[in-house]
Amino acid sequence: MSKDIRIKKGLDIKLVGVAEKNTTKVSQSSVYAVKPEDFHGIIPKLTAKEGTEVKAGESLFYSKSDERILFPSPVSGKVVEVVRGARRKVLAVKIAADATQVYKEFGAKDAGNMSADEVKDYLFASGCWPFVKQRPYDIVANPNQAPKAIFVSAYASAPLAADLDYTLAGKEAELQAAITAVSKLTAGKVHVSVGANSVSPLSKLTGVELHKVSGPHPSGNVGTQIAKIDPINKGEVVWVITPQDLVIIGELFLTGKLNLARTVALTGSKFSKPQYVTAIAGASIEDLVANNIENDNTRIISGNVLTGKEVKLDEFLGYYDNQVTAIPEGDDYEFFGWNKPIFNKISTSRALTFSWLNPKKKYDLNTNTNGEHRAFVVTGSYEQVFPLDIYPMQLLKAFMYKDLDEMEALGGYEVAPEDFALTEFICVSKQPHQKIIREGLDLMREELG
Amino acid sequence: MSLKQNLHNLKEKYKGTKMAPAFNAIHTFLYLPNEVTHGGTHIKAADDLKRTMNIVIMSLIPCLLFGMFNAGYQHYAAIERAQGITSEFTVLGSFLTWDNLWIGIIKVLPLVIVSYGVGLLVEFIFAVIKGHEVEEGYLVTGMLVPLIVPIDTPLWMLAVAVVFGVVIGKEVFGGTGMNILNPALTIRAFLFFAYPTWMSGDKVWVHDAVNRVGTADAISGETILGSYAQNQEVIYSTWDKFAGFIPGSVGETSTLLILLGAAFLIFTKIGSWRIIVSTFIGAAVMGLIFNQIVAAEIITDSSKFYGLMNTVWWEHLMIGGLAFGAVFMATDPVTASQTNKGKWIYGFLIGFISIMIRVFNPAYPEGVFLAILLMNVFAPTIDHYVVQGNVKRRLKRTKVKTA
Repeated sequence: MSKDIRIKKGLDIKLVGVAEKNTTKVSQSSVYAVKPEDFHGIIPKLTAKEGTEVKAGESLFYSKSDERILFPSPVSGKVVEVVRGARRKVLAVKIAADATQVYKEFGAKDAGNMSADEVKDYLFASGCWPFVKQRPYDIVANPNQAPKAIFVSAYASAPLAADLDYTLAGKEAELQAAITAVSKLTAGKVHVSVGANSVSPLSKLTGVELHKVSGPHPSGNVGTQIAKIDPINKGEVVWVITPQDLVIIGELFLTGKLNLARTVALTGSKFSKPQYVTAIAGASIEDLVANNIENDNTRIISGNVLTGKEVKLDEFLGYYDNQVTAIPEGDDYEFFGWNKPIFNKISTSRALTFSWLNPKKKYDLNTNTNGEHRAFVVTGSYEQVFPLDIYPMQLLKAFMYKDLDEMEALGGYEVAPEDFALTEFICVSKQPHQKIIREGLDLMREELG
Repeated sequence: MSLKQNLHNLKEKYKGTKMAPAFNAIHTFLYLPNEVTHGGTHIKAADDLKRTMNIVIMSLIPCLLFGMFNAGYQHYAAIERAQGITSEFTVLGSFLTWDNLWIGIIKVLPLVIVSYGVGLLVEFIFAVIKGHEVEEGYLVTGMLVPLIVPIDTPLWMLAVAVVFGVVIGKEVFGGTGMNILNPALTIRAFLFFAYPTWMSGDKVWVHDAVNRVGTADAISGETILGSYAQNQEVIYSTWDKFAGFIPGSVGETSTLLILLGAAFLIFTKIGSWRIIVSTFIGAAVMGLIFNQIVAAEIITDSSKFYGLMNTVWWEHLMIGGLAFGAVFMATDPVTASQTNKGKWIYGFLIGFISIMIRVFNPAYPEGVFLAILLMNVFAPTIDHYVVQGNVKRRLKRTKVKTA
């Protein structure tokens, strides 16, 4: 049996502003922030009050549902502000960083000699548990469930995504240590997917099932790979870890320190020099993009253009993100934009849109919606970019009218919002697919557990 | 200040008011709006619903133009036949003439104007009452309607039918995207069932044929289907039928131009080739079955069904509204089946049932619109069973695991 994954349905969105393979270190930010909303579904209980001194790796808050799940400070310093929103919801915990970083010592461990519970406790204590996410529902994993397998996708197919072969190069030891540790957590296999033609540092790991992936986006989405390798059935759970987070876990096992630094890609047409930088999770966006951005009517995104989150200059890098994208805002009218032939935008149809003529061309897309929100009308187009064995439109509609039986039957357990990013991109009716899926999944979690 | 800026200021001024949807409908017709993405994907593909609808309208334009010329051509040809004159037919000399076009302008254009005017007015009123944006669905419906009605349809009848079709066929379900029946066909069906003596006569298909009944200048206004149904010989050649130089509803006579439109729709990926192809297959299969019945002499020429049953199967595909229905009506994505497998079944049954109705109902041989309306109703059922297949597969996967 071939372990390769080859998909045909999908769409590669080629944009201007691919990061050059050249990493610089940005100066340390003065303030870092951890935002509880990066951890979907977690209700934070603060342990660090304003004024508390924390070391890097020391916890700031824990999850209300499971107090073992700690959320660590990325840097050492002083908690300067707890930003609250409506009904005193915690929006962000800001930490003013010390000039010299002090790490909390967790003690180096050899994962090979540890039991599953010891590994778990070590991940809890060090604040590494939030790196383990679960499907269904796409949330931080519930440690009380036993996953049937663990999936790692080391192939990034999203638009302008950081090249993982480059950012993870030389991290083989860390990756192997992390894989050894997390493989204790499941009775099943650890599935690692790499690009078909890549020289990934993950392709030489032992103790994993290696898959070679080819095809257009979303072939690199872990959800696509799960569906092709071992789809989730009702009552089953799989865990998902990104390779850049595996490096952090691995480093923890090797050194005993939690170092949340990672290589971040600065991409998009609004960067004067799209490239890679080393930065710590929660770093200030302003410092990350300093001297490199044309900040004139620009949308800055923490993450990629499909699933990322809009950020302002005075906001912070998302906890999981390894990419910052800057593209032009599209807040202008376009004369007869709905009927004239279009050469400078991507389209999957040929309705006087000509992106099919030149599939290799790179586009400079802006944030205009290219039309207004409408009811679902066109059928059959989502299926062409949606590789899962699910009827996307029917599932979306079931999620909209909140019929739990149908949500379950049509494959609600198998999807995450990011799986619907491409269908949202091509949607003629401009429906918010990812939002629909997110809200539906939250409802399912509430009602079905 | 530029037009763009002026319109923008107006839009901001009327934001949130009752008339905003009506203003926005006109504004967005001129300019693609300045809306940017919030949450979700930060970029969007170039297509919107207006562009999609616009492609369908473009594919209908050739049929409309042809219909305008044909309106005049049929009128004069019928007069000549009534007077016993035979003249040689040339496309430039006797078809693409100013006289023919003039008949088209005075007869067909008013149909288009009434259809759009009344329909869009209803849409605007509903958008203002319900406070949603004016949806584009009617842009296509409004173009389809004048193409599927007989040329001598009185304008007041059309107006009444359009109001009925848009309100009952679409708005009561919640507007574009929510309707079960194709609005254009609802309008057509309303005309047929509300004014049957007028609509099912054999005179309305050629301009002025109705007025001349009983006078010395009487002319024939009959379609090919009508002639076949009465077991009469048809005077048109195969090329006439294919190219469309025959009487019939305004825009549905020219199979050639309809296929051109189909090619455009399929190329632009707007129309579903699955539905178009399977409708033709379904019709051909039913036609073949009837041909076999005649060949086996089960039905003889004494039967009233003989004329249409004996029509060769490929001729069925060219006459009447079958081609037009398959390409422009059955493919309406809202009322058709939504799954790819479902589209094959849906299209096949439309073609199959169309020919069946055509043959067995000689009083009104045009069964296509009834067949499509019938399948509109069953499309969700077809989809349900197709989707159940997927659900069953998922359940089976779980069972294999637990077993």
